Amino acid sequence: MTQPEKSTGFAATDVLATGSDEPDTVEKAEKSPDELQPFIDLGLKDDEYAKIREILGRRPTASELAMYSIMWSEHCSYKSSKVHLKQFSEKAPENTRMLAGIGENAGVVQISDKIAVTFKVESHNHPSYVEPYQGAATGVGGIVRDILAMGARPIAVMDPLRFGAHDHPDTARVLPGVVAGIGGYGNCLGLPNIGGEIVFDPCYQGNPLVNALSIGVLPVERLQKKEATGTGNIVVLLGARTGRDGIGGVSVLASATFAEDEAEQRRPSVQVGDPFMEKLLIESCLELYDAGLVSGIQDLGGAGLTCALTETAAAAGTGMRVWLERVPLREASMSPTEILASESQERMLLIVTPENLDEVLKVAEKWGVWATAIGEVTAAAEDGTPGRLLISWNDHVVVDVPPGSLADDGPIYHRPIREPNDIMLLQADRAETLPRPGTGDELRETLLRMAASPNLCDKSWVTEQYDRYVLGNTVLAQPEDSGVLRIDEETGLGVALSVDGNGRFARLDPYEGAKLALAESYRNVAVTGAEPIAISDCLNFGSPEDPTVMWQFSEACRGLADGCLELGTPVTGGNVSFYNQTGAAAIHPTPVVGTLGVFDDVARRIPMGFPKPAKANGDLLFLLGETRTELSGSEWAWVTHNHLGGRPPKVDLAAEQALGKVMAKASKSGLVTAAHDLSDGGLAQVLVESTLRHGVGAKVTFPEDGNSAFVHLFSESAGRAVVVVPRGHDKAFLALAAEHGVPVTPLGVTTEEKVLQVEGQFSIPLDEVREAWSSTLRDLFGGELAGRNAQPAVVEAPVAVEAPEAPATEKVQSITLELNPQTPGGPITPQS
Amino acid sequence: MRIGVVTFPGSLDDGDAARAARIAGAEAIRLWHGDPDLHGVDAVVLPGGFSYGDALRCGAIARFAPVMESIIDAARGGLPVLGICNGFQILCEAHLLPGALTRNQHLHFRNRDQWLKVEATNTAWTNGFTADQEILIPVKNGEGCFVADPKTLDALEAEGRVVARYIKGNPNGSQRDIAGITNEAGNVVGIMPHPEHAVEALTGPSLDGLGFFTSVLRSLAKDGQLAGGQQ
Repeated sequence: MTQPEKSTGFAATDVLATGSDEPDTVEKAEKSPDELQPFIDLGLKDDEYAKIREILGRRPTASELAMYSIMWSEHCSYKSSKVHLKQFSEKAPENTRMLAGIGENAGVVQISDKIAVTFKVESHNHPSYVEPYQGAATGVGGIVRDILAMGARPIAVMDPLRFGAHDHPDTARVLPGVVAGIGGYGNCLGLPNIGGEIVFDPCYQGNPLVNALSIGVLPVERLQKKEATGTGNIVVLLGARTGRDGIGGVSVLASATFAEDEAEQRRPSVQVGDPFMEKLLIESCLELYDAGLVSGIQDLGGAGLTCALTETAAAAGTGMRVWLERVPLREASMSPTEILASESQERMLLIVTPENLDEVLKVAEKWGVWATAIGEVTAAAEDGTPGRLLISWNDHVVVDVPPGSLADDGPIYHRPIREPNDIMLLQADRAETLPRPGTGDELRETLLRMAASPNLCDKSWVTEQYDRYVLGNTVLAQPEDSGVLRIDEETGLGVALSVDGNGRFARLDPYEGAKLALAESYRNVAVTGAEPIAISDCLNFGSPEDPTVMWQFSEACRGLADGCLELGTPVTGGNVSFYNQTGAAAIHPTPVVGTLGVFDDVARRIPMGFPKPAKANGDLLFLLGETRTELSGSEWAWVTHNHLGGRPPKVDLAAEQALGKVMAKASKSGLVTAAHDLSDGGLAQVLVESTLRHGVGAKVTFPEDGNSAFVHLFSESAGRAVVVVPRGHDKAFLALAAEHGVPVTPLGVTTEEKVLQVEGQFSIPLDEVREAWSSTLRDLFGGELAGRNAQPAVVEAPVAVEAPEAPATEKVQSITLELNPQTPGGPITPQS
Repeated sequence: MRIGVVTFPGSLDDGDAARAARIAGAEAIRLWHGDPDLHGVDAVVLPGGFSYGDALRCGAIARFAPVMESIIDAARGGLPVLGICNGFQILCEAHLLPGALTRNQHLHFRNRDQWLKVEATNTAWTNGFTADQEILIPVKNGEGCFVADPKTLDALEAEGRVVARYIKGNPNGSQRDIAGITNEAGNVVGIMPHPEHAVEALTGPSLDGLGFFTSVLRSLAKDGQLAGGQQ
């Protein structure tokens, strides 16, 4: 079959070469089997198009073609990644906590008898490059609706972000827009932003990575399903009206690489967010759940109505009859194809019983949200054959398909895999052989230079644009190792979350790099004292059509699956983002891992800042884990030599687990008052961050163990943390570490004097460290006050306050979980 | 004591304000924007958030909500009302307080732990503080830059109606570093930073925010005694 020379784009697919004004219908499709269809412009391959014709026994209508192109896109069908992702299930460690896993909108993990949490990390990379503010904003909105669809109240977000070189002009366009978009959406939604990453590397030029994680909490029995069960049940579209935004977002935008100048033309494919509408949508959905009015629910995000209709029907094996003209539109002239393909935000699809419909509409009206019955569930055939999805528009039947063929039976590719030719050379070019600073003065200068470097510097210019306090349950937030949330005020039940990745390590060795991302995320959670229990992953890679990228992807998946099996932390869900590539230049393979940990009592969380010393001669500092000469892929090699080569640090997951056990026990027995994991920038960076947090100095003495002061300061060996142990607790702590076989190195003491001293090497006043560390992003991206109040506030975070005198009141209880709808005028009753 | 907390569509810190009221020892009562009934509350908090999506201007729509008609009347009659962040914006839009809150000078949303100096300690919401007491509570807003004409600013200062000023750095460019003000009677207070986020050791930078809520309970108790004595 030949192609029409040029398609005018997605929206025009209803208008056929025959020039008819009416939409393409099933009837027309049957009558004109040889109609030329623009399937290649929609991202479909010849054999995929042939398969569609085979499934339908005719050519698809224009609407059907659009639906297949969307659902069979890389983004929706995982056609290149599926064969690798299945390891996450095959190698899943045994566990009894998981209530919903891979394939659901988000994984759900039970954390107490009554309470479960759901969390997931997802990418919104391509839209955020094209239109940074809306791309990033709708990334937050999308992941939050995934959480909502599981029956949970969303309670926080996190954002791992990666940009091109810090001083590239396009970074000055992308970064401020992305940050403002995340803040603009999340703040307005009332969700605290509790952590993330901000990484600069030229490999992300033109392909910024904007990943978003959200977490929600639900009573176990409120878990929602997406199945469209019950013949005769009503299909309700809830939320914003449908517009022309985001058409083709998942197919033409997220599942293709861009030429250099193409981003501008793709802008109409980016959705536009309305966080106020999403806030109302959240409140109305939660009220509907609590009233038991919902039989099935699915969010509309990428792939819009097409995805929601086909997935809900396919999951139940039922059919569906939908009247498309009932969908409330922002623009009356939208064609049926556009309505089906629109990725307008802030919409949910509900399946409700006919007797509940009035109640559902009432709740929607209370919150001022559109709710429209657009269809009904139809029966499967008597022989058990799943039902069909039949969609009409003003009496024209435009779609008649088996929903499973779209949702489940997409193509699966075993893409060719080839180890990159350059990997041997790259690994042979070790950073351990680079010239190193030797004298105390050189080390001092290196530490300050590193602290001021874009990847290690103070990120508060970004994080101050996010609300971290709303909902009142944020126990720790950035720049801490993990975000920590209180879940239940009555019992103190809480969670810790950290998201981490290291593209350089994964570039050097994707298998080990994926494990290192997992190890760092695990460790960040463990050092707070929480028990890591599950992960979500966002796998950011170049084009799957490049065999070397597929090699990186398959190695990373294998590494992550093996690592999760060893650590006992199952993958609960996640997302794959391919085509992060401009021309032939792919990004570093960047698996990002979000680890969830649990606290029985969140009051025992361990923060990262050195506290004011309990005694005049200081608290004791110890290093846990083993320091080796591991500099390849390190921040030091990158900042001081612009070097990437060698093999990444060795990862020992058993050692990570042992470290985690020590920290959990130390937290329970109160032996440790602060802890900070070692990763990018090594010990030097930990000393910078932990001393500056509360303006407490440190006096460090390195042991005579064969490592130079330089290696002690800048090596990035995994499996390490610095802990603060008040005098008197040291014997117990050392015994605990010994019991778990975790090596301990005494490092020195914390000091009242605001100076960072490394014995025999250098000494730097904290003010000087702070100056180096804190001005980088502000200088790059601006935004300080002009005029008389130009001085930025330099406020050291106060040391955690002591527990208050018990005020004259009864015990405070959680209002996070709205188990009972609150009535206006009634007391706001404490709930558990 | 019953402290009402209003929920507008888009209110975000309503739960936090209710929690703070409870920790201070009050009973928190939910008030709904569409319901003019104040349910006999002794004081009202207008919480932070983005009421009505900040459509038109922050607080411009909320001011016309049915519940606000009752609150405006009651406030003129002496009901203690605290507007936090978006609540402050609503109080200005409702003309219960002078001036306006405009876009932060640096044009960014900013969230940080902010030092304030409490000045007016004769209001319903700040009588538990000492004059010039320095407190640390979170600030978080995109449109928190307080502006008024010079005459109004002079009058606010002359009449001792500046409730708190930013110290150790002004986070949004507010004129004369003003973070909060009160009306002439001292029963209506608007403040941009968030006292309700500084009421627990576990989640806040301090416990300094609790003073606003304990103050109102104290002033209600005192008024109650006075009222009783007069009878």
